[in-house]
Amino acid sequence: MELDPLFLSRLQFAFVVSFHAIFPVFTIGLASYIAVLEGFAYKSDNPVWSILSRFWTRVFAVVFGMGVVSGIVMAFQFGTNWSNFSYTSANFLGPILSYEVVTAFFLEAAFLGVLLFGRGKVPPGVFLLSAILVATGTFISSFWILSANSWMQTPAGVEMRGDLLYVTSWMDAIFNASLPYRFAHMALASFLTAGFVVAGVSAWYLLLGREVRANRAALSMTLWLLLLIAPLQAWVGDLHGLNTLEHQPAKVSAMEGNWETRSNVPLLLFAWPDQETQSNRFEIGIPGAASWILTHDVNGIVPGLDQIAREDQPPVWPVFWSFRVMVGLGLLMIATAVAGLILRRNGAVYNTRWYLHSLRLMSITPFVAVLAGWFTTEIGRGPWLIYGIMRFEEGLTPSLQGWMALTTLIGYVLVYAIIFIAGLYYLMRLLRDGMESQPATEQEDAPSHRAKRPLSAVDVPFEEGAR
Amino acid sequence: MESMFDLVPIWAGIIGFGIIMYVLMDGFDLGQGILFPFARNEQDRDTMMNSVAPVWDGNETWLVLGGAGLLAAFPLVYTVFLPALYLGVFVLLAGLIFRGVAFEFRFKARTSKYLWSWSFSVGSILATFAQGAVVGSYIQGFETENFRYVGGAFDWLTPFTVLTGLGMIAGYALLGSTWLILKTEGALQDWAYRITPRLLVMVVAVFIVISIWTPLMDPMVMSRWFDQLSLIWLLPVGALISMAILVRALIKRQEALPFVATMGIFVFTYLGLAASKLPYIVPPSYTLWDAASAGESQLFLLIGLLFVIPFVLMYTAWTYWVFRGKVKAGMGYH
Repeated sequence: MELDPLFLSRLQFAFVVSFHAIFPVFTIGLASYIAVLEGFAYKSDNPVWSILSRFWTRVFAVVFGMGVVSGIVMAFQFGTNWSNFSYTSANFLGPILSYEVVTAFFLEAAFLGVLLFGRGKVPPGVFLLSAILVATGTFISSFWILSANSWMQTPAGVEMRGDLLYVTSWMDAIFNASLPYRFAHMALASFLTAGFVVAGVSAWYLLLGREVRANRAALSMTLWLLLLIAPLQAWVGDLHGLNTLEHQPAKVSAMEGNWETRSNVPLLLFAWPDQETQSNRFEIGIPGAASWILTHDVNGIVPGLDQIAREDQPPVWPVFWSFRVMVGLGLLMIATAVAGLILRRNGAVYNTRWYLHSLRLMSITPFVAVLAGWFTTEIGRGPWLIYGIMRFEEGLTPSLQGWMALTTLIGYVLVYAIIFIAGLYYLMRLLRDGMESQPATEQEDAPSHRAKRPLSAVDVPFEEGAR
Repeated sequence: MESMFDLVPIWAGIIGFGIIMYVLMDGFDLGQGILFPFARNEQDRDTMMNSVAPVWDGNETWLVLGGAGLLAAFPLVYTVFLPALYLGVFVLLAGLIFRGVAFEFRFKARTSKYLWSWSFSVGSILATFAQGAVVGSYIQGFETENFRYVGGAFDWLTPFTVLTGLGMIAGYALLGSTWLILKTEGALQDWAYRITPRLLVMVVAVFIVISIWTPLMDPMVMSRWFDQLSLIWLLPVGALISMAILVRALIKRQEALPFVATMGIFVFTYLGLAASKLPYIVPPSYTLWDAASAGESQLFLLIGLLFVIPFVLMYTAWTYWVFRGKVKAGMGYH
């Protein structure tokens, strides 16, 4: 069997980036949550806010550390597997990705240390400011990454001379057409992720009857947040979709499973898209609904894949299905948030066991939804690496052979599996350890002699019962 | 691309500075991993790890910054070195990740501690070897066509690069052992004093073989060194003086000077390498200017970096200052 370096490189990149993305998507939202908790703690005398903040800062430290470790590989993937892409786009992507690293560098050097180790050692105002700056920093960092990705989706501000792209307008290139939508969509996704994880963990503690006061407070505030954010995300997602329709119609056609340009396009609930026959099998849909969503008119004409040459079409079924997974989970999140509102009467929300159990299960859904969303947008960009400018195969490293890509793919899977298992296992230990045993301030022994690494902020032993 | 200013020398300086910073700083903490299997007992291993715990991850961020900075300023280096060293890069990254994770969890582990010790050591050794192979590959040069790497998967793994890889392991071990002389006391320091001369002998041996081998392999290097007597000879002389200072400092049992002298060996060797090969940065065909990105791209990043680098240097200096002094057995940095 011939090993295809292109397919294997795409698989490897998808694996590495998916694996990495789950950490920052959580920490970005969590950093904001911690900043809010610190704000409450600063304003009020109620001890629950600082109990919660201390606990979630510990979780933040571990997840942030895992994100940093898994991110190292990303910085080199562009060169090892996609050297032609890097060579062509370096004039823009080089500085942008460097700015991301520089921002992260700056953040870690300056404020993360204070957030993780400065509690009780710096004035409360300074501590609150550090928490806010860490949260801001995570957003700036993700801004650069999303700018780079959005530019690959909707390139602007560059011109090709020979086989190199040159930047003609940094403004146009950085603030390209899809960036505002993608950034807003991801920011809300981060809030949803952090919100559902906090809600799920609080629900779990409530089921066990642990630190009831603090966890009730946490559950209540996150449910309010989710009630606001989950529907907002649906609206922003819709805007993002309309923006995509304008700039990348083929992607939207694939998301809708729409092969034919016509009016009255149904919203498909189920279908098996078949690229060979350029049609769907087993279609079940709501007549006219897709036309209505995309053009706000049931008779609106929606472009289909028949407008796109076969070799320029994205693979339809993965885009179609990952989009449905994302939307389906999004609706489930809205339903969960609304159910929380209904159960709020008489405080039933804190002791309705089925609801707390379902919140516990829901905490995994934002991660799946985020990955499904990225699959939709990334596979839907196909066959373009830089939309309309460079195709996947043109970006590949010319000297790369199939067996090399396979070797590193297996290697990264193994390496990441070990990190992930160790990290997740440790995170579970941390959760089981809970909030009760936390020291009120940082340990007093030789305070200036503490290492300033994310994971050293946590002192729970690795093994069960080994404290 | 025409630009008002030629930023290539400035960027070469920044990246060059970043590389030597990385080598010196991550060198001594990778060195702990290399020395790990030879340490006398678990308690010494704890102390060795503690001696680098506050700084190791800051040291490694220079590598990530270097990777991204290269893509921005000298993309050709990025797009030739990484494909050419494809499997080596995997070994490097896997090694660094393993040792990083092991570093964190070893501190928190009880029964599984030996497993993390083992990972820490193997990861450190593999990562160091790969870094040495990168240097060796640079000296060897790359097979390129029209700005693309066209060589094979194992061009980076030759007898020469294996030697530079082993040399790097010896070199980082030397940085590690002189760091221990500086940072520890008692039996562990005695042990470091004992192993340092042996490591120095290995480093000198590799140094000599590479110094002879390189001009034989590369006529350009040969002519630079031997066509006429030039100031370039001051660099190896500097390295030899550093070695002499190291030996003297070891005999007099000085504590700080061995580490400083070892850094001197590294700096002079590094400068000697640069003087041999530059301006060729993707030898044998491409110079720094061939490899550079557009002037406006270099400028765009330079603005941000000039703001951040002093800050990072200050922060780094402050961290080292806070953690100055001896590490004692049983003192936790975790």
